[in-house]
Amino acid sequence: MIEHFDLSMVNWARAQFALTAMYHWIFVPLTLGITWIIAFYHSIYVKTGSEEWKRLTRFWMKLFGINFAIGVATGIILEFEFGTNWSNYSWMVGDIFGAPLAIEGLIAFFLEATFFAVMFFGWNRVSKRFHLFSTWMVAVGSNMSAVWILVANAWMQHPVGQAFNADTARFEMQSFSDVVFSPVAVSKFTHTTSASMLLASFFIISISSWYLLKKRHIQMAKRSIMVAAIFGLLSSGFVAFTGDEAAYEVAQNQPMKLAAIEGLYTGQHNAGVVALGLVNTNKKVGDKQDAFKFEIRVPGILSLLANRSFGSFVPGINDLVYGNARENIMGAAEKIKKGKLALAALDAYKKEMKKGNTIASKKSLATFNQNRDYLGYGFLSKPEAAVPSVGISFNAFHIMVFLGTLFPLVCLGFLYFSMKDVLLEKRWFLGLGTLMFFLSLIAHEAGWVVAEVGRQPWTIQNLLPVTVARSNLTTGTVQTTFFMFFVLFAILLIAEIRIMTKQINIGPEEN
Amino acid sequence: MIGNLDYATLQHLWWLICSIVGALFLFLTFVQGGQTLLWQVAKTDTEKALVINSLGRKWELTFTTLVLFGGALFAAFPKFYATSFGGAYWVWILILFTFIIQAVSYEYRKMPGNVLGEKGYELFLFINGSVGILLIGAAVGTFYTGSNFELSIYNFVKWTHPMRGLEAAFSLFNLSLGLFLVFNARTLGAMYLINNIDYTDVPEMETRLRQAAFKNFVISLPFLLYVLVSLLLMKGFGIVDDQGTIALVTRKYLGNLLANSWLLVFLLVGLVLVILGVFKTAKSDSTAGIWFGGLGTVLVGLTVLLLPAYNNTAFYPSKASLQSSLTIYNASSSPFTLTVMTYVAIAIPFVLAYVAYVWWLMDRKKLTVEEVVGHGY
Repeated sequence: MIEHFDLSMVNWARAQFALTAMYHWIFVPLTLGITWIIAFYHSIYVKTGSEEWKRLTRFWMKLFGINFAIGVATGIILEFEFGTNWSNYSWMVGDIFGAPLAIEGLIAFFLEATFFAVMFFGWNRVSKRFHLFSTWMVAVGSNMSAVWILVANAWMQHPVGQAFNADTARFEMQSFSDVVFSPVAVSKFTHTTSASMLLASFFIISISSWYLLKKRHIQMAKRSIMVAAIFGLLSSGFVAFTGDEAAYEVAQNQPMKLAAIEGLYTGQHNAGVVALGLVNTNKKVGDKQDAFKFEIRVPGILSLLANRSFGSFVPGINDLVYGNARENIMGAAEKIKKGKLALAALDAYKKEMKKGNTIASKKSLATFNQNRDYLGYGFLSKPEAAVPSVGISFNAFHIMVFLGTLFPLVCLGFLYFSMKDVLLEKRWFLGLGTLMFFLSLIAHEAGWVVAEVGRQPWTIQNLLPVTVARSNLTTGTVQTTFFMFFVLFAILLIAEIRIMTKQINIGPEEN
Repeated sequence: MIGNLDYATLQHLWWLICSIVGALFLFLTFVQGGQTLLWQVAKTDTEKALVINSLGRKWELTFTTLVLFGGALFAAFPKFYATSFGGAYWVWILILFTFIIQAVSYEYRKMPGNVLGEKGYELFLFINGSVGILLIGAAVGTFYTGSNFELSIYNFVKWTHPMRGLEAAFSLFNLSLGLFLVFNARTLGAMYLINNIDYTDVPEMETRLRQAAFKNFVISLPFLLYVLVSLLLMKGFGIVDDQGTIALVTRKYLGNLLANSWLLVFLLVGLVLVILGVFKTAKSDSTAGIWFGGLGTVLVGLTVLLLPAYNNTAFYPSKASLQSSLTIYNASSSPFTLTVMTYVAIAIPFVLAYVAYVWWLMDRKKLTVEEVVGHGY
């Protein structure tokens, strides 16, 4: 199927997609979360008619608009990159993957685009109620777009509702409901959107804390913090709950990813999570080195997270690569053999069909069907190639979890000091508050890294490795566009930060 | 009912749906056209503010329609998406860049600390409206003139021209189609701005816009005529037998027009409506020209997109390997996916209805100087 591929081109294409996705992800969570909070502020204004709430709503809307524009600009790049850099992928899974993207455009983007103009420019053009309705519709539209893109992403992690068609040589959809209501999609959506609400709450807390430190816009800042702290606290509860569900889904569907994010090389009953540890990055799969330079494990918790049972067995990287007969785990080595059989049979089938040799083609098809679940493994060069980067996965996961534990405590602190009306006196806490947006951005990016680096080497888990999914491009071409995007992103980021900080500095009066 | 549609009907239906979205996009390029008119018709900061704010309330609709056009093609014709985007790499990357820089320009142009200055973002808008539309036209032109690719038996694309798609812009036909779209967008842009703005305080700009509508239409005519005459005379890429063999067929597109006479009606009515829109704008004080020009553009756009696909024609032909050419039959998604997507497409009329309602609600009062100076973009 694939005679030759240029690994450096694949790596540059991956780098380009990672650059775009992570850059896009700086802006999107804020859009997803802050639209709800703005809609809430706007509702209070419509209900009370208070000019103070109107000013507050308009101010946060202004900052949202600055962020939204760059989110839109970077979103279209991802849609294009599926085709430009990953054209084999687009062909092989477009039958399934294209549908959520098209639905996202039709159902979500139009809602956003149509009502965005009313939200910003409708103050004196439509009725107060329709204006408020439009603000809520922007929130609904943004979050509906998250539904569909996360359905698509979840399918890459857990490809349900599909089958490989040997005649068309592509994966085809068998059940739309399986794709849409996949438990991975549900947990991804709930985890991502609740984390986005949390991030938006911290965006408001950070800016309001800065105002309070500077003793400016005190009334607006206090009101903003009170609402944001409640939103943040509720969201952080959801983040923890949905995070647990997401970890369970990873354990069930992507055990290699789970093993990597916990640095677990040898499978264990009563497996523990690493509360604190330093990964030994020199360790290779199968060697005798320790996985960690030091580690503090809490026993049983990983088994509980993975299987809802303390004593249960959690497979390690070695079990998944070399197999574990006692626990009935087939290793990557054996899967590769079956995958190569599937590929050879598919090739033979295509050739026999072309010759019109029906009997031989049926025989090849039968062999293919026996082994087709391992098709993707046939492209791997060695069993160890099935392992993602343990260092990156482990560190990203633990940064995310550490910050995720800190967040509800900070929200609780802001709520408590707000209710006591002593926030202005707690300057050290306001100082921490100004940092919270950046810390939550780090947690978001880390979450994205866990999801995507942990999936490697697969584009579609177990079915399609990145080496096959790529386009037929030279390394130089992809490098050129990588740096084109890099320069453009850098300029736009500098512009965005300067514009945002200027607007924050100007404050609500002048807006 | 939808569940009972046969595969070929679904394939035709989905090419029609994609074409409708594409044709609506061509109408909505009045935003891009308006952007290229900015420096020409708006001589003062107030006039600029009016033009930018008027277009700024619609740019996202155009952008979203383009995204949906791409998404619909990906879902319904993934082989086209993979072949064209992965093959004609540079043309798509450049189109993409022109739309990225547009997306931030409205919001950032007037903001303090925007790094590139007001003129920088205005230049971005100009590039999007000119280079972006030209290249989209050139890419659509390849539906007729063909591209340079081969497909393996696993349908993986290999592009055979070193310019990776940019060569399309050097074909006279493709270039003419691109330039026609650029000047048609400018004509539509002038017509939209005439409709959307209250000129009580800026009467000179109204005169300039009415003249611009006419001038740009006249400039677009030679390109349109070249495209139309070429279409009637050129050889086309037809499916010539039941095995799906592709061969060059003399006057294929003329044959397609005659075989589907409703397309001929679309084309003629569309052209008449565009002309009517231009004359209403340029030669009277009417503000309704955009509706005639817009509907006319949709009908012409539909013809341009349907003609190379229906009547057993390869809509994405390969010059390098005729049998690699894409047709709606060999490039589409599976019947299951097309059926699912057809159920989803029931939402399209509802989406169009609320877009139209909000458009009416927001635009029933013309945009005034008072509303934009110191506010908005």
